[in-house]
Amino acid sequence: MGAVQNIADDGLGGMDHNFVTARIEDLVKWARSRSSWGASFGLACCAIEMMGTGASHYDLSRFGMEVFRASPRQADIMIVAGRVSQKMAPVLRQVYDQMMEPKWVISMGVCASSGGMFNNYAIVQGVDQIVPVDVYAPGCPPTPETLIHAIETLHQLIEDGEIMRRRTANNGGAGVELSSEPVEHTSVTIGTK
Amino acid sequence: MENAVETQHGCPVQDSLGQRVLHVSRDQYVSVIKALADEGYEMCVDLTGVDYLEMPHRTIGFGIKPERFEVVVNLLSLSQRKRIRLRVQVPADDASLPTLFDVHPGTEAHERETFDMFGIVFSGHPDMTRILMPEDWDGHPLRKDYSQGSIPVQFKGANS
Repeated sequence: MGAVQNIADDGLGGMDHNFVTARIEDLVKWARSRSSWGASFGLACCAIEMMGTGASHYDLSRFGMEVFRASPRQADIMIVAGRVSQKMAPVLRQVYDQMMEPKWVISMGVCASSGGMFNNYAIVQGVDQIVPVDVYAPGCPPTPETLIHAIETLHQLIEDGEIMRRRTANNGGAGVELSSEPVEHTSVTIGTK
Repeated sequence: MENAVETQHGCPVQDSLGQRVLHVSRDQYVSVIKALADEGYEMCVDLTGVDYLEMPHRTIGFGIKPERFEVVVNLLSLSQRKRIRLRVQVPADDASLPTLFDVHPGTEAHERETFDMFGIVFSGHPDMTRILMPEDWDGHPLRKDYSQGSIPVQFKGANS
């Protein structure tokens, strides 16, 4: 088709091929899935594999996750990497609560998913007893490829909206409800006291 | 009867596979460790507890009455390059011992761990609280009568 020769002649109709239309919701989900930052919650040996996944060979930066934010306010995905002890459980819940919606949790490794090899009094048998988990990555530790597969599964779930649909169905997530309430309007005339 | 038992600071000495072990009573405990520290055993390497619940009829010898708990202290002399071990019997009904914090401040964490895991209270310790388990935990996990706390798990493909 080529460039528009003269907007004045064809008007906006001549500019069809220079536009892409999409729903805002799709754009938002597309952006969220490609730039989600992880909250570093590396607890034990799985943390080493998570660091290895973020390093240069198995680069996480190609999926937009190069930064692991220490502050939960700035993080989207919490990757629970390692065993959670009874003493650490309230800390984990507090960090999860401090994250802003929308937030997701990947349970990395068998210890976070189910207590792993530590079936005893000291280790919480699965971090889903404390926080709602979206994707489980098995392994002891999961290889970087497994973790990347888990992250990409989560990204796919974010992008096609499946997770948000599931959340409303399960009543999961933070339960943030956006309802429109009637606002009382008080008209103000500018310039008068 | 010839008494050929070697004693050091008034405590019987045992040779355990080439290692020197002192059997100390609770009253002499701190003074012996202080004397050993003056002698040259500057470093307290470890302080831990043992629960002999499943071995009630064990014998130590040297006329020492075996109790349920034992506190084992390992000392190291860096200047003279030798090690020594002390074993103190602690009865179950009165599970307490004076603290070594004044002689070896590094035992602060070890004594907290021994309290957390066995329930042996160290009197005079600056902060006698749990260190590994949450503060409001019930029970002392490394005692022999404390269960493992495992949940039943079904493995697919297993015979049972």
